[in-house]
Amino acid sequence: MADETAKLIERLVADARPVRRLRPPALRACLWLLAVLAASGVVIVLFADLDVFFGRITDSALAIEWVATLVTGIAAVLAAFQLSLPDRSPAWALLPLPSFALWVSSSGYSCFRHWIVYGPTGWELGDSANCFFFILAFSLPLAASLLFLLRRAAPLAPVRVAAMGALGVSALAAVALQFFHPFDVTFVDLGVHLGAVALVVLGVSATEYFSARGRAARQA
Amino acid sequence: MTAETDNERRWSRLMAAAQDGDRAAYDVLLREIVSFIRATVFGQHRTEDRVQDVVQDVLLTVHRVRHTYDPQRPFKPWLSAIARRRSIDLLRRRGRRSALEISDDRAYETFPDPGANRAMEVYAKTDGLGEAIAGLPEQQREAVELLKLKELSLIEASQVSGRSVAALKVNMHRAIKSLRARMTGE
Repeated sequence: MADETAKLIERLVADARPVRRLRPPALRACLWLLAVLAASGVVIVLFADLDVFFGRITDSALAIEWVATLVTGIAAVLAAFQLSLPDRSPAWALLPLPSFALWVSSSGYSCFRHWIVYGPTGWELGDSANCFFFILAFSLPLAASLLFLLRRAAPLAPVRVAAMGALGVSALAAVALQFFHPFDVTFVDLGVHLGAVALVVLGVSATEYFSARGRAARQA
Repeated sequence: MTAETDNERRWSRLMAAAQDGDRAAYDVLLREIVSFIRATVFGQHRTEDRVQDVVQDVLLTVHRVRHTYDPQRPFKPWLSAIARRRSIDLLRRRGRRSALEISDDRAYETFPDPGANRAMEVYAKTDGLGEAIAGLPEQQREAVELLKLKELSLIEASQVSGRSVAALKVNMHRAIKSLRARMTGE
């Protein structure tokens, strides 16, 4: 063994204080999701019109879309916690994809139906600007808290983990949005919803990318 | 039970003990995993220097993320995932660095103006450099060796030498200043 390596090992051993092991990723994901459920549940009960929501959710197309969005959010958050650990399979990144595809396609179907029923007005901009800001405003605090927890694992591929977490929080934001969205989505609305999701994913990933570069530069 | 499985369980137990602060177990573990890390990354880095760099980088990463190891799971997949990832990161870092460096053969040609050549020759003269480095005070010499000759990062050099990053920076600055003075006669 090279002298330099032996010397490094001596230093690392001298620095070997006891560490607290991370809890299993599935448990950490569940605890975070429960905290989000509790906080958003309070907001929804206080401010949302639940009668309208339960009236709309009887429509099977909307129910499928809403459940697919919820499953995407949960799956992406679970995948992010798994991917943050070194020895977990990269295949975890595929977990949210089926429900994400179902979310986009069912939402697209709703738009198409809306367009057929209402004609050209199906292309009009609904209440999209508010939806856009709702998804951003809901996602950002969740993303901050999730990134804080994910960084505890000091992930080896931080941008991939952050992108997966951001997909999770923006999908959960879209789930919550349905409680405050008393109308079907138009094509434009769908574009705005997915645009907001994409913006959150890109924004959080870019933040993590530059933050990781900053950390590496400070170490250099 | 195979020797492979034996080794696996032994490393897993050693790491669990190291997580609880057992330094002797950690020392044994780190020394034993060096050859495994070498074998994992050797194919990607052909020269001994580079392999050593990766091994040290992997050891530092293992130290930084040791709280992520779950003793209920096998140790080798955890270690080899870290080794492969750090190895790729190092290859990328080298690729980026070489993409930014420009090789200009004409830079070594002499200039028509003799005065310009003299200035180049002063910096090209490296005959006494080793001697000049050897003559530096110990802390400055150590900073030059770790940061410039072995090209370690400040954090890595700090881990190896046990000195703070700020102290390494100050010693490096002083070393460069006295080497310049000695080599150029300024």
